[in-house]
This record gives sequence, C-alpha cells and structure tokens, in this order.
Amino acid sequence: MLKMMIVGATSAIAQETARCFAADGASFFLVARSQEKLETLKNDLIVRGANDVYCFALDLNEFERHRELVDAAIQAMNGLDSVIIAHGTLTDQRRAEEDFEYALQELNTNAISVILLLTIISNHFEEQRKGSIAVISSVAGDRGRGSNYIYGTAKAAVSTYLQGLRNRMAKAGVNVLTVKPGFVDTPMTADVKKNFLFASPEKVGKDIYEAMKNKRDILYTPWFWMGIMMMIRNIPERIFKRLNM
Amino acid sequence: MATIIKHYRSWGRFPKSTPKQVIPVQWRSELPDFNAIEGTVLPFGYGRTYGDVCLNNGGTLLDTTFLNRMLAFDEENGIVCVEAGVSLEDIVSFIVPRGWFLPVTPGTKYVSVAGAIANDVHGKNHHSAGTFGCFVTRFELVRSSGERLICSPDENTELFKATIGGLGLTGLITWAEFRLKPIPSRLIDVERIRFENLGEFYEIDDESVEDYEYTVSWVDAMATGEHLARGVYMRGRHFDPPLPSNGHLSLPEVRVPFDLPSVLLNKFTLKAMSSGFYGLNFRKESRSIEHINPYFYPLDSIKDWNKGYGTRGFLQYQFCVPDKDRKAVREISKTIANSGEGVFLTVFKRFGDLESPGMLSFPRPGITYALDFPNTPTLENLLSRLDDMVLEAGGRLYPAKDARMSARHFQAFYPNWQEFARYVDPKFSSSFWRRVTGETAC
Repeated sequence: MLKMMIVGATSAIAQETARCFAADGASFFLVARSQEKLETLKNDLIVRGANDVYCFALDLNEFERHRELVDAAIQAMNGLDSVIIAHGTLTDQRRAEEDFEYALQELNTNAISVILLLTIISNHFEEQRKGSIAVISSVAGDRGRGSNYIYGTAKAAVSTYLQGLRNRMAKAGVNVLTVKPGFVDTPMTADVKKNFLFASPEKVGKDIYEAMKNKRDILYTPWFWMGIMMMIRNIPERIFKRLNM
Repeated sequence: MATIIKHYRSWGRFPKSTPKQVIPVQWRSELPDFNAIEGTVLPFGYGRTYGDVCLNNGGTLLDTTFLNRMLAFDEENGIVCVEAGVSLEDIVSFIVPRGWFLPVTPGTKYVSVAGAIANDVHGKNHHSAGTFGCFVTRFELVRSSGERLICSPDENTELFKATIGGLGLTGLITWAEFRLKPIPSRLIDVERIRFENLGEFYEIDDESVEDYEYTVSWVDAMATGEHLARGVYMRGRHFDPPLPSNGHLSLPEVRVPFDLPSVLLNKFTLKAMSSGFYGLNFRKESRSIEHINPYFYPLDSIKDWNKGYGTRGFLQYQFCVPDKDRKAVREISKTIANSGEGVFLTVFKRFGDLESPGMLSFPRPGITYALDFPNTPTLENLLSRLDDMVLEAGGRLYPAKDARMSARHFQAFYPNWQEFARYVDPKFSSSFWRRVTGETAC
C-alpha cells in the first residue's frame, strides 16, 4: 500500500486529498504544527480506511529539522512513496510592504521551507528511482499583482523550482506535480467574499488525487483557471501595470 | 461536488437575511471566544432549513462545515461518532458499502449531523422508527460560558432533550454519536399505488404501516371534488436477499445553474407539474427495485433545485395534525385545493407514535403534510387560514420549514416553549427564535 507523507496536513485541501487516498487504504505520515489537530486528522483517516497514520508536530521553518523529519517518515512507514506539500500562509500584502521581518518569514514559510524540504526528499526518491511529489503552489505565482505579490513571489519560486525538479526527476522515474488552485473556500479565505470562482476544498482535493494517480505535471484546479491565467499572463505589461488587481 | 457558492441563506431563500459576520469553526480545540463576540451567535451548517431557523439577521453565524471529521466507527455494533459539520452524504457514502444505513434520513443528504439533531429530522420511516434524535447516544455541547458538556440520555439529560430539536439555540454541538441500522443490501423494494382520493389513501395506509418500513405519498394538492387529495402511495423496504454488489451506482448530476424567471411558475405550469406526478404513475400499481440514493434523495441529483423557484424564493409549509376522525385532514386538503394557490411537490405521510427525546421535537402521531408554494403576494391569506385550522385540529407547524408563523401560533403549537427557553444559551439566538418569542434585540 501507498506510503505517503503530507506536510501541512491540517490544510483543508490536504485533508480532502488525504481522504481520497485513505479510502484506498494508504499509510500516512502527517506533519503540521499542532499535535492535537494531527490526532483529529489521524482518527478521521483511520475511520475512512487508512492503513496506518503517524503524526509529527513540526514548524517547517525549523529548517535544521527537515532531515530528521524525512528520516522519521521513512522509518515509521518503512519506506516512502509519495509526498504532498501543502503548508503555507496567506500573506498580508500591506503588512509585508512595511514589515521586513514579516516579509522574510512569509517567504521562508511559503517558498524556502518547501524548497529545502524537497531537496532532501528528491534525493531520496532519485536514489530509490521511484516516488511521487505533489506541491500546492498557486495561480498567484503565475503573475505578480499589486495586491499580493509577496505571496505570489513565494509561489512563483516554488513553481519554477518544481519545473526544474521535474526535468531532473523525470530521468529517475519520479513524478512531480505542481498544483495551482484558484480560489478555494477554506478557513484561510474566510474573510473573502465568495463568488462563482470559488471551489470547495473537496473538489480541489479530489482533483489533486486524480492528477497524482495519472502522473500529471501541472494541475490547475478547478480546470477553468488554466484559461483565466493564460489570459492574465498575456496582458501586456504596459497595460497590466495600470490595472488594479 | 462541483464549485460551490456560499450564501448563508436558507434553502427557501426567504426571508432575506444578512449576518453581521461569519466565523468559520475548523477545530474543536480552537473554538471562538463567545464573550468577545458582540451580539448573538448561531451555528450554521449547509443551510438546508427552509425559513429562518438557520438565520441570525444582524448577528454572528458560526460556520461548522469545516468541522467535518469522522471520529470513530464501530463497525461491529453500527455506532458512528463524527464532528458536527459532517454531512449525512459523507456518512452514507461511507457506511452503505459496509452494510449500514442511517436509522432515519430526511429527504436530502446535504445536511450536517448537528443540523439533523437540532431540527430532530424525520423520514419515510417515522411510523416505524421515530425521529433522528431517537438514535443519538451522546454529543458534546459547548455553552457560551466555555463549559463543555457531554449530553446523553443519562448525563445532562435535560440539555440533551432540549438540544434535540433545539434549533441550535442551546449551544454549539461539536461532535455527536449515533446508532446506525444494518441493511441487507443497497436496494429498496418499492411499490407505488395510485389512489383516487383521501379515502383510498387511508385504506392503503392502514394495510401498509405494519409491514412496510418506509411509506410516503405524493399528492396532487390542486385536485378538487371527488379527486381531492389523489396521489401516489409509495411503500418500501430494504431488498433482501442482496444482489451481488458492483460498486457505486451513481446518477449523472443535473444542476439548475441560474434562477429561472418567476414567470415560468404560475398556476397553470404548477397544475401541470402537480398532476403530472400523479399521471406519471399511469398504472394503478407498480413495483421496482431501486438504489438507496434515488429512492431516499430524489432531489439531491438536481443540485440547487431551489433556484427553480426564481429569485422570489418559495415557502414550504409543513404541519402535522392528529387524524382520529380524519375530518381535519379532509377540511385542510379542501381549503388548499380550493384556494387557487399554485402548489408543487406535496408530500403526505403518517407519523407514528414513537416519542422523541426532543423537547421541541415536531412530529406527533397523525398525518403530516408538506407543501411547496411559490412565494406569491396572495399566499399569506391561505397560509394564515391554514395556521388556524391546524391549531384548531390540535396540530403544529414544523420550525425547520417555517418562515412566517406568528408568535401566538408558535406558542400555542409548542406549549412547552417556555420550559425549553430555560435551556437556551443566553448568547445564542436566531431570526426564527426572535420572531416566535417576540424578542426584538439581536
């Protein structure tokens, strides 16, 4: 059975994706900051059919503990086949423009911690010549916008890193999936007024599950974001810079 | 599920209401600090009650749909323990392949477990099983004082009874445990029998209630004279022996993508639809084997079907009356049929005498009648007449479906409402509760 590590397991999207794999009887190694929340997720996944669930409480910004984390996952499940990286914070753009420390912390959480962790994981997968990696990036990384470019910068870094990693890993038979969700109705976006562009975490989670099974490279979810982002990317900069986005 | 839009509206989309704020509740370990919230709060799940029971105009809603984890499942004994916002759909898709089913189910799966408790929902098996609340073994109730109470038939008994059917007013349910029932297969053996009038309904009903677990009728409420309350009687039971199971049977999803213009809904189109249900059953009797999903949840395959009523919304009117002499049921049916109001999808069913623990629980032995009316300017004339007739017959209206009954009627329908009010959390309130108790403050 599949042995899967989920980093940022308490995110609503990760939780829904995990449920799909749980129904198939996968084993899980869940990582998030709160042990208490992890225990809740563990119960849920076991009821839904998971084989085994292990929990590991960690703040991913403790970079020096990444290796310990990966070793613990491999040891607990006696191997590792698949990794989903879903942790992140929605950056307060205004604050990040004023507060240097905050901006750095946001970039660390949303970009650097992902890249460093994947460095360890990808070497392991390359060596075992199999594995699957899925990372939640964002449509926000497709083009910088005045309203959230610190978050967008971090996601763009992750997306670019994943392109390169995919290129390298393809030779080792390791699949790398970049997930670009649009607007998702999660507690993270509770303050945002909902419109027809919002998708449920359940729908997004299912899309990710299927894309991983089908070894896709890039997933826009829901699908229509591919079209939206293609248009947004193609607006000439001299026009784009005048828009309020 | 496809893309969703969150509205924090009720299913009947009437009355219109705006909460001051919505606070998502995602973790049982991180509940909001009630005392820091100004005004009143009310838990909100999937918004499937029809009127204003789930609304808190000007106040705060606690969105519980992120509390959606399963906590435990005892496959041996059929007991499930889940967080408050887990939907019945989630539970059904999980338990049916394992040989279990909901002990009682309403006509939609898209309700939360906490909502099913708060409205003490009933289903086609009320006459043989009672309400959902009869199967609840315990739950956690968080009061605004911060107190976390385990409520069960033996522990905090009074709050247990007040919370079942308590319309979300007694505090926040965070998790609940309830009993399931074993099923021999995923199929229901259904018989449909046409009846020409109310007398025939009673004949069929009398011979069915003992032997059939599920009974319900569709009635052509617009038919008059000798066809008064003609309709189709549907009785069913779990199909046994089981057929070989071959995974999920699923129907393609149809969705009403936008509001239909209200002009499409008039007396003539409704009459055609209403008698159409009757006419569809052109044979006097028929029998079929159906999958659990289309049988229990026929409208769930049409997402957002409420939009079919247009932007004016609609009102569902559900009441129950004792029917020892059957006179009240006949008189009420006549009043509806002769009123000239359009009505669509009328459901008729006998309630049994199994008592719910719920203090404010709706079902009482007799006949229940659920009618969907498009919201027209003249409708209120008919409904206020019906309110009086129901009251006189010793019946009552169903709060979960109500958007308009007067405080006077509510208090007469539920004479123990003041006893119930003692258990209402001081921080909790709803548009409905303020309306029927005559409170104005929010």
